[in-house]
Amino acid sequence: MTIHQLSIFIENKAGTLVVILRQLKEAGIQLIASTISDTVDYGICRIICSEPVRAFETLRDAGVAVSLCEVIAVALDDEPGRAADAIGILSEEGISIAYLYSFLLGGKGVLVFRTDNNERALEALQRGKMDIIREKDLSKLAV
Amino acid sequence: MIWNEHKETMSRDHLSAMQGHRLHKMVDYLYHNVPFYRKKLQAMDLIPDDIRTIEDIVKLPFTTKQDLRDNYPFGLQAAPKSEIIRIHASSGTTGNPTIVGYTRRDIEIWAECMARCLTAYGMTRDDTFSVSYGYGLFTGGLGAHYGVEKVGGAVVPASTGNTEKHIRLIRDLGIDGIACTPSYALHLAEVMEKLNIDKKEIRLRIGAFGAEPWTENMRQEIESRLGLKGYNLYGLSEIMGPCVSFECECQHGSHINEDHFFPEIINPQTLEPLGRGQQGELVFTTLTKQGMPLLRYRTRDLCSLLEGDDCPCGRTLVRMSPVMGRSDDMLIIRGINVFPSQVEAVILDIPECAPRYLLVVDRVDNLDTLTVQVEMRPEYFSGADTIDAITGLAKKVAHRLRSVLSINALVHIRQPGSLERSVGKGKYVIDNRVLK
Repeated sequence: MTIHQLSIFIENKAGTLVVILRQLKEAGIQLIASTISDTVDYGICRIICSEPVRAFETLRDAGVAVSLCEVIAVALDDEPGRAADAIGILSEEGISIAYLYSFLLGGKGVLVFRTDNNERALEALQRGKMDIIREKDLSKLAV
Repeated sequence: MIWNEHKETMSRDHLSAMQGHRLHKMVDYLYHNVPFYRKKLQAMDLIPDDIRTIEDIVKLPFTTKQDLRDNYPFGLQAAPKSEIIRIHASSGTTGNPTIVGYTRRDIEIWAECMARCLTAYGMTRDDTFSVSYGYGLFTGGLGAHYGVEKVGGAVVPASTGNTEKHIRLIRDLGIDGIACTPSYALHLAEVMEKLNIDKKEIRLRIGAFGAEPWTENMRQEIESRLGLKGYNLYGLSEIMGPCVSFECECQHGSHINEDHFFPEIINPQTLEPLGRGQQGELVFTTLTKQGMPLLRYRTRDLCSLLEGDDCPCGRTLVRMSPVMGRSDDMLIIRGINVFPSQVEAVILDIPECAPRYLLVVDRVDNLDTLTVQVEMRPEYFSGADTIDAITGLAKKVAHRLRSVLSINALVHIRQPGSLERSVGKGKYVIDNRVLK
């Protein structure tokens, strides 16, 4: 029920991101969403893309510090208050969010997040009738 | 002023005779108490009676830091354990620290030699002296401490850290002198200015500065900002600690306490002895030490012995020039010896790190900082997804470095492939400290 996300360790330095993006470009990987969190010296670039496993292998073989992790993606109607509903479910269960980002896809809002307990989070979201995105749906939505 | 006029102004002939006599006794003592030296002498077909005069010293074998490491911890100790009353340790090039044991008489001679230094700087029993070298395994703190007590002054064992409190003590107690590294003296001046304490409010008169290289410009800057006179103090723990040589009021080279520590200058490549005025590597033979005496110990410090033994101060003890550099890659950071190979050993031992590193040494607010840049292995990150994975690794590296180097290093984790391969040989140190 989770989707794959690439997490890449990059330094806060000009030119480091483009090297990675060019490698994905050459492999014909399409980016669906991305975000960068940073500290003074370090950053982690997180990417949702087409063919995440192949993207991961491409970067790993190029010597990049990359990991393939599982995150939860929830599709929401594009109207006020829907994010509060989704996060409210997690909050009631006492589940913490490590990080979260969102993007629009095919007229839907998509929330992507990692929690301290993905299994419990998924159960709670299902009980709350949330529209949890599967990896194959993601590729369909992207078209 | 001269602490021990008899020894410090002795005629050169008399001094040489005494050195020869002491050297003979020293070689005899080592031959019978340290298997390492006995084997070395036997291999060279030497017996103690072959060494009768100080000129015979050139027949003797050299001792290196590697020998100290190979004989860790007590292999070079000559005195029985029951006679040892103090043990100091300094950093070794990799892994093992250098262990130096002192007998009661060693500690007394150390204090005597340190008293000569302090007296030459103009210190008397009426003075209060702050010792701001680190106390502990490092010889700086306790070495200077015993010297101040020997002269009869009041010692304030301030050590390092808590600079603001220290400055208040300097002002409120009317402290007359301070023993510390020259960079710490500059740091004191800076903090004093931040606290809005004028140099007229303090009465520091004497600075005993050593444990790291410094220059005439630094001396002038310290003197003008703290309103004192700064004197060089040289020493190394393998030989004794601070007290080996000192500047007198003439400040033309540092007089070596050569009745206890016999100096030679050699060509570090050919190991041939060099004459007065020629620059080379400084070598010491301890003439009176009991705990861990050393024959022809190669300090790796590059300097020269000055020509002429007619210093206007009246001392006949030979003078050495300021140390101009090192014949190895040792860095001195906040008075602590750091070898790049120590850092390398730590990094090779951490599986998350690639064997690539870069040491960057800076001077910030007159205090040395060491930044260690090290590459993360890409495999380590697979499965990781948060900044904690990176900062946690930085903390781990910093902790290991701290336990080996005894100083705090800033650790900067670099992404794979961002550093040049440095293990083995290469450009692995950037020293941004400019000694002007």
